[in-house]
Parts: sequence; C-alpha cells; structure tokens
Amino acid sequence: MAKVEDEVGRTALDDEVEPTAAAEIAAPPEILAESLGQYVRAWGRRVAGGESGALPVVFALVIIAVAFEIWTQGLFLSPQNLVNLFIESMVFMTLGMAEIFVLLLGEIDLSAGYILAVSAGVAGLLVQKPGPDWPWWLAIVTALVCSGVTGAVWGLLVSKLHLPSFVVTLAGLLIMWGVMLVMLGNAGEVSVASRILVNQHVLYQIVWGNIPPVAGWVGLAVLSLLFAGFTISRDFGRRRKGLVAPPPGLTILKIAFFVAAGIAVVAVCNVNRGSAVVVLAGVPWVVPIVLVVLLLWVVLLQRTKFGRYVYAIGGNPDAARRAGISLATVRTWAFALAGVTAGFSGILYLSWQGGTSTNVNGGQYVLYGVAAAVIGGTSLFGGRGKIAQAVLGGLVIGAIYNGLYLQGVQVQWQLIATGLVLVGAVLVDTLSRRGTLSGSATRI
Amino acid sequence: MSSAPGSESPTPGAPGSALVSPGTQPLLQLRGVDKHFGAVQALYHVDLDLPAAQVTALCGDNGAGKSVLTRCIAGIHQPDRGEILWSGKQVHLRGPRDAADLGIEVVYQDLALADNLDIVQNMFLGRERVHRGLLNEDSMERAAAETLRNLKVTTVRSIRQPVASLSGGQRQAVAVAKAVMWNSKLVLLDEPTAALGVVQTRMVLDLVRTLRDHGLGVMLVSHNLNDVFQVADRIAVLHLGRKVAEGPAADFDLQSVVEYMTTGSAHR
Ligand SMILES: Nc1ncnc2c1ncn2[C@@H]1O[C@H](COP(=O)(O)OP(=O)(O)OP(=O)(O)O)[C@@H](O)[C@H]1O
Ligand SMILES: [Mg+2]
Repeated sequence: MAKVEDEVGRTALDDEVEPTAAAEIAAPPEILAESLGQYVRAWGRRVAGGESGALPVVFALVIIAVAFEIWTQGLFLSPQNLVNLFIESMVFMTLGMAEIFVLLLGEIDLSAGYILAVSAGVAGLLVQKPGPDWPWWLAIVTALVCSGVTGAVWGLLVSKLHLPSFVVTLAGLLIMWGVMLVMLGNAGEVSVASRILVNQHVLYQIVWGNIPPVAGWVGLAVLSLLFAGFTISRDFGRRRKGLVAPPPGLTILKIAFFVAAGIAVVAVCNVNRGSAVVVLAGVPWVVPIVLVVLLLWVVLLQRTKFGRYVYAIGGNPDAARRAGISLATVRTWAFALAGVTAGFSGILYLSWQGGTSTNVNGGQYVLYGVAAAVIGGTSLFGGRGKIAQAVLGGLVIGAIYNGLYLQGVQVQWQLIATGLVLVGAVLVDTLSRRGTLSGSATRI
Repeated sequence: MSSAPGSESPTPGAPGSALVSPGTQPLLQLRGVDKHFGAVQALYHVDLDLPAAQVTALCGDNGAGKSVLTRCIAGIHQPDRGEILWSGKQVHLRGPRDAADLGIEVVYQDLALADNLDIVQNMFLGRERVHRGLLNEDSMERAAAETLRNLKVTTVRSIRQPVASLSGGQRQAVAVAKAVMWNSKLVLLDEPTAALGVVQTRMVLDLVRTLRDHGLGVMLVSHNLNDVFQVADRIAVLHLGRKVAEGPAADFDLQSVVEYMTTGSAHR
C-alpha cells in the first residue's frame, strides 16, 4: 500500500498543515487544477484512489454498447434501435431523478414506481371519452399534483414523526399499488392511443411525436449557443474576478462535449426510421421535455437555498440544524418533489405505452429508478450526487433492458443483469465512501 | 430577520455600549447561573466575566460543566436561575438566534461542518446570500476569502474544496472563520485543539490571538493547560459545576490550575 505522492504544485511553504494525499483525492480536480494538464493528472489520481466520478458509468455504457452491438450483429447501434433506447431510458432517467431528491438526504422512496403507475392512471382516466374528457394539460397537472401530495405525505411522516423512510415508503408502495388497482377497476386498463380525440393524442405524441429534422438542428444550434454562452461567461467571468474557476481548457472541453453529444443525438434521431414512402424521422419531443425538467431540477438543487440545504442535511444534519435550517420543511419538500418527478415519469410511461394497465410492475420500476441514480454515481448514504447523474444511470438501465429484449432474452435474465449492475454500483459507492472516511485512500 | 432578543437589550455596537471601555465593563457577565438536568446539577451559582479583547480560558475536568456553560451563553440551554448581562444589561437568550443577533458565536466541540460542502458553502450555511432567488456564489466566495485572509488562514489550497478534504487544523480554522464572519463580538471555542497535532494546534492558537487583537472577546474551553497558558489573558476554573477560581492568567501557575481542576481548591 503506497501513499500517493508527488503532488502537483507542492511548494516548500507547505508544512504538515497541507492536506494528505487522501484529502487531495477527495477534492474535485477542477477546483485545484490551473491547467488542463494538471486537471488530467489530478483526475487520474482521483480515479486511482477510488473517487472515480462519472468514469465507471461511461465505461460501463461503452462496454454494454460494444457487447450488445456484437451480440445483436449490428442491430443494437442502429438508429432505429437507438431512438427506442432513448425513449425507454426516459422513464428510468426521470425515476432516477425522483430518487436523487431523497437519496441526497440519505432517505429512500420505495413508492416511486407505484406513484408512476397511479399518475399514469389518473392522467389516462381523465382524458377518456366518454368520461371526464379533461383537457390534456389539466390531466397532466392533476396527475402531478396528486403525485406531489402523496410524496409530501410520506415526507411529513418521515420528518415530523421520525419514521424511517424505508418503512413509510414501503407501506406507500403497497398503498399506491392498491390505489392503482382500484382506479383502473374491472377493465384493468386505459388507453390514450386514440388518433381522433385531441387530448389523448397530445399525450401520446409526447413520446411518439417527433420534432421535424430541420427544427431539430435549429434547436440544437440555439441550445448549444446558449450553453456555450452561459458556461463561458460564468467560468471566464469568475476567473477574471479572481474567484475559483476551472481551467479554461476544461471549459472549452465541456462545451465541445455538450455540442458533440447533441449532434450525435440529433443525427441519430434524424435518420429515417420509417420507409421510403412514410418518412419517420426527428428527435422525439420527450427528449427536450426531459431536458427542461432536468434543467429546472439542476437549478433548484445547485443554485437555490433549498438545494443547498438538501445537501447540508445529507452531509451533516446536526450542522444543518445548528445553522438554523428547518430540517422538517426541507425533507418534506424533497419528498414532495420526488413525488412530482415520479408522477412525471408516469406521464412519460402513459405516452410510451399508449395507455396503462394493472400490469405495471411498480416494484421493479422503483428499483430501476434507484439503480439509475446509484449507477450514475449518487450515494445511498446522502449528501453526494447530482441530478444529472440520473441521465447516464438511466441510459445504462435502458441499454440493458433494450439489448436483452432485442436479443429475445427472457425477463428473468434482464432482472439478473440489472441486479448485478446495481450491486456493482453500490460496491463502488461504498468503497469510495470508505476510502474517503478512513482518510486512507491508497493505491492497490 | 428574526426579532431582537430580550426587549431591554441594547443593539450591539450601539453608542451606549461603545462608550464603555473594555476592562471596566465586561462584554458578557454571568451572575449566579444554575442549571440542572433532572437530578444532575450541572452548574451551581456560576459567576463569570468575559471581557472584550481578552482571551478567557475556561478549565475543568471532564464533566465539570464547561460545555453546559458554553451552551447557556449560546442560548441553547436556558439557565434555571441567575442572569446573563450583555454590556451590563440583562438579556434573555431563548435560542441560538438570540445569541447570534447579539454577536455571540460558538465553535462547538464537534465542529458542525458539513463534509460534503465546500468551505464557502459551510461558512454561509443558513445565511446564504441570494440574488433574485438564486444563490449569489460570487459575493459569498469573495466575503469568505476576505475573512480567511483577515484571520491569516492561508494554508487551504482552494476555498472551493469540500471540507472533507481539509486537515483537522484547517477544519477548525474554517469553523472559527465561520463564527467570526458575522460581526461577532464574542466567540466561544469548545475544545478547539482537542484532536490536533502540534503544528495545527499552533495554527489555531494563532487564530485565537488574531481574534483577540481584532478586539473580540474569546472564551476558550480547554483541558490542555499548555494551550491555556500560551494564549489566555484570564483563567477561570470549574469544578463539579462550581466556579472555583477566576482571575488574570499571571495569578496562576500550572500546578495551581491542576489543583483547582482536580480538587476545587489550591493551598498557597
Ligand atoms: N443535555 C444533558 N442532559 C443531562 N445531563 C447533561 C446534559 N448535558 C450535560 N449533562 C451533564 O452535565 C455535566 C457537565 O457536562 P459537560 O458536558 O458540561 O462537561 P464538560 O465540562 O464539557 O466535560 P468534557 O471535558 O468531557 O467536555 C455532566 O455530568 C453531564 O453528564
Ligand atoms: Mg465538553
């Protein structure tokens, strides 16, 4: 076990007060590095020390993609299938986002899968004709409100009565399962696949409607400019004001990565997946919709007091309490927001399936949601994680689900494969936490 | 923000209190403070003066009541009997907010920092600056950097590194900086050097001197008599909840303090 030595920028002035190698690993490299080269070296040390950030999940994605591409003889990475994969992953991503709200607090929400089911049921039933025949937007809002209130109830039980969230939301899982069965009644299913009823068709088009290819490119260009403008003005502005900022090379790299990913997605989606006669191409609407939700939640968690308090409570509840933060309020809101986000994934599910039925396996979905969050790099122990990590995590789950399905593999093997990936993710989380806590991150 | 504590208390820094020169009127005085928890009497009739621009060391063996006394001044416990005077006027501290509003800040024995947050985030925890609903990170970072510079805390690499990546002494420095950011007049430090090595202890003691030189009143709770004699201007000793000695540090030597701490009296 050799201590990591030969630190960047260590000067003669530093004495014993200098943080240890382990501490160095715990600090994000973009904070300490002055240049891209230093960044890469610091990052390499971190990976070697077990604090690997997004690396394992990107690595896992590449392995999965290559393996399935070979196994399915080129089917997996075909544009047609990649679009399917994006669409399927959206539900896992949004469920992952829902879980991150509570995982950051060190809590868990096991009911998210059946909140999804109930939300899909509520929205679906409200646009039936004959029936309520509500406008589509009112149906969506109602479903989201119901989901949020449900989450808030779990939150109140957890924060006011100090019940463990595991038990509260396990009970919630059963309750929402029952509610869904009652709601869907004897028919046991509800459809929104009608092409004549406008309100059903709008819901259906969320996932199955496509942005015209040209509009897709224009949208990407606008988005890229906005992203580049914002990132540059922030990073370089901070640098100019003498505040801590990432090295300029890293800022450029970030923008390049964003643009490249955007081009890849739009290019893949704009390939004709229909026939020569019936052209089917374009980015599904669900992609920008999920992006907007992601952006909202990123701002909420990274740029507001509420978000700061969520992290503080997850990191050290006593410190938060002494700082005058109302733990109960923050916790309740976090559960409510987790509920809303799970409800949102229910809307996506309804659209994706063109309806919903009593067969929705909410127990399995919630585990996929937790898996997406943890695989993405969110800690089960609270305080560490970012909402955007659900995107990568959701893609991993979506890829396994999609690839095995493509290969006609039975559902039991899908379960086993996903379970193994989850165990791997938890292992990484636990090991890196142990390394940080014991203060003895070492090279093996 | 929150309402003013004890209605009759003067605003800190108001002309009335500024006229009183330090030395004649202590910043904070305890008069006959009692505190019990069920059958346990933690404090018996404690009198204590904490003057501005001086370091008062509070010594005592384990369980002597040092932390309880600290928490009474911090507004976390309310004394059963006795009074607390701030610049000569009686105040009622009903919670930590009341104490903070007067300018009393506490660095707790267990620090109360969130490991996953960075230095700036910790220093502003609960008092974030916001601009149109969003956190004003630039302004907070500048203020935090300035405070650390004033305290001559220069060993941290980056003010944006998570507290988990700091050494014990650096964490202590952040906790102290957090406490003095808010125009505080009196800083209570509960065992600030308990877990530290030689170099880091020296760094924290330097910090304590810097605070005093800036005119703040400091109460330093400590077991370590070496530290006490290095920085204290005044020494007070608690023994089983009673204050058994108080006076200028020059009136004590190592042996007499040890005797007070262990037996409650010194024969000289
Ligand atoms: N919240 C509480 N409830 C009941 N008893 C308490 C409480 N806080 C302190 N005590 C008791 O009051 C006495 C004084 O405790 P205190 O924590 O002030 O000791 P201390 O001088 O700080 O000791 P140490 O050096 O170990 O920190 C102890 O007997 C302790 O058990
Ligand atoms: Mg104590």
